[in-house]
Amino acid sequence: MSTDTASPELRNHFKHGLDAPICLTWEVTYGCNLACAHCLSSSGKRDPRELSTEECRHLIDELARMQVFYVNVGGGEPLVRRDFLDLVDHAVERKVGVKFSTNGALITPQAARRIAATDYLDVQISIDGATPETNDPVRGRGSYAMARRGMDRLAQAGFGPFKISVVMTRHNIPELDALERIASDYGAQLRITRLRPSGRGASVWDELHPTAAQQRELYEWLVARPDVLTGDSFFHLSALGEPLPGLNLCGAGRVVCLVDPVGDVYACPFVLHDEFLAGNIRDGGGFEQVWRRSELFAELREPQSAGACASCGLYDKCQGGCMAAKFFTGMPLDGPDPECVLGHGELELVKVAAGDRPLVDPGHSKKRLREGH
Amino acid sequence: MSTSSADAATFDPSRRYKLHPDLALRPERFGALLYHYGTRRLTFLKSPQLTAIVRDIGDYPSVDAALDAHEIEPGRRPALLRALATLESSEVISVN
Repeated sequence: MSTDTASPELRNHFKHGLDAPICLTWEVTYGCNLACAHCLSSSGKRDPRELSTEECRHLIDELARMQVFYVNVGGGEPLVRRDFLDLVDHAVERKVGVKFSTNGALITPQAARRIAATDYLDVQISIDGATPETNDPVRGRGSYAMARRGMDRLAQAGFGPFKISVVMTRHNIPELDALERIASDYGAQLRITRLRPSGRGASVWDELHPTAAQQRELYEWLVARPDVLTGDSFFHLSALGEPLPGLNLCGAGRVVCLVDPVGDVYACPFVLHDEFLAGNIRDGGGFEQVWRRSELFAELREPQSAGACASCGLYDKCQGGCMAAKFFTGMPLDGPDPECVLGHGELELVKVAAGDRPLVDPGHSKKRLREGH
Repeated sequence: MSTSSADAATFDPSRRYKLHPDLALRPERFGALLYHYGTRRLTFLKSPQLTAIVRDIGDYPSVDAALDAHEIEPGRRPALLRALATLESSEVISVN
C-alpha cells in the first residue's frame, strides 16, 4: 500500500478505530507446499474446517458492502486452493482488489496468463535472500529456484510490475542492493517486511532477527529509497530520524485485522494466538459484527498507555513498536519493542526468563517445531 | 499534502471536474478515505467540508460553482483550491 504520511490528528482518529478496516489480511488456507522457518501462521496442512467457497464468497460480499478497498491474501499458499482464482474474480468484480502473496511454485504458465488478465490483482512472490544459499535455509530446499521460475512466468505472461517480497533477516540485509537489482531486472517492485517472532518465527527469531547495527543500516537504506514498499512494517525504526513513509502506528484491531482460513478474526496478521482472537465470522453476525462489536477490538481502540516508554522523547515516533513482537518475546505490551532502536528492548529481553515466552502452538505445521529453541 | 507549481499550472477552477473513474471514496468521521484502483494509492481527505465538495464535484459546471454551492467563504477558498489542485495531481479528480 502506498499512502500519505498520516498527520498526528489523523493518527489519533485511526487509533480509535474505523467502522471498517482500511485493509484486511485474509489467509485463505493453512495448506502450503513449503514449510518456511518463520511462517507467521505455522502453515503446512490444510484444515478440514477451512471456509467453503460459498463462505468465502459471502465474506467478499460483506467486505464489498463495508467498502474495504482491497484485501491482502496469504496463507499458507493461496494457490493450493483450487477455487482461489475464482474467488479473486468474485472479489475484483465487486471492486475488492486483491493483493496476494505466493511462493511461486504453483504459478504455471496457464495460471500466469489468467493472473495477467485480471484487473485489480497484485501479486507478490516471496524470496528471503538474493541467492539460494541465503534463501533456501529459511524457505526450504529448491524454493529459490521455484520462486524465480514463478517470476519468470509472470513476466512472460506480461503481468506487469509484480512485487518481490522479502522478510528481512540478519543474513539477507547485506543483500539489499542485490535484491533491489533482481527486482529492477524484472521491472518489479521490491517490498521488504519485518521478521516477527510469530508462529514458527518464534523459534528462529533470536538467531535471525537483524542486529542493532543492521537496523540502522536498513533505516538509512529505506530513507534513501522511498519507493521501496514496506507494508508500514518498520515504523519502530522511525525513532532513528525522520519518519518512514506510511501511517507509522500499530493498526491492530483499529485499522487492520486478520481473517484466518477457518474464519477466526485476529487483531493483526502477526498475532494468531488466543489472546488476540476477536471472534469468528461464522458466529452469526459475520465479519462486520466481529469488527464492530468485539470486546478485544474495543479495548485496543481505547487510549493505550505508553508504560515504560512514557518518559522516552521518541515515543511519538515509534509508538512503542510492534505489539506482536513484544508479546511473543514475553515482554510487557506497554514497554519497549524488543528491537527498540535505543536498545531498551534488549535490556528488557535479557530479563525475560525462557519459560516466560508464550507457548506457541505448532499449528498446522507438517513436522514438529525444531527442538532446542 | 503538498502543492507544487505544476499543480497550480494545470488546475483550472473555471472548468468542470469529476471524480476520477478509478477512484472510490469511503466517508469517515474525519473526512474520507480515497482509494485509486489504478495507481493503488490510498489518500486521506482530512476534512468533512473538502469531502463534501469532492464527492459531488462532477455535479457542477466548474469548481468555482461547486464552492459557491457549498457556500464556502472567500477566506477558505485559497486553501481549498490548493487542496483540490493537489487532488488533481494525484488523479483523485480530473477535468471532465
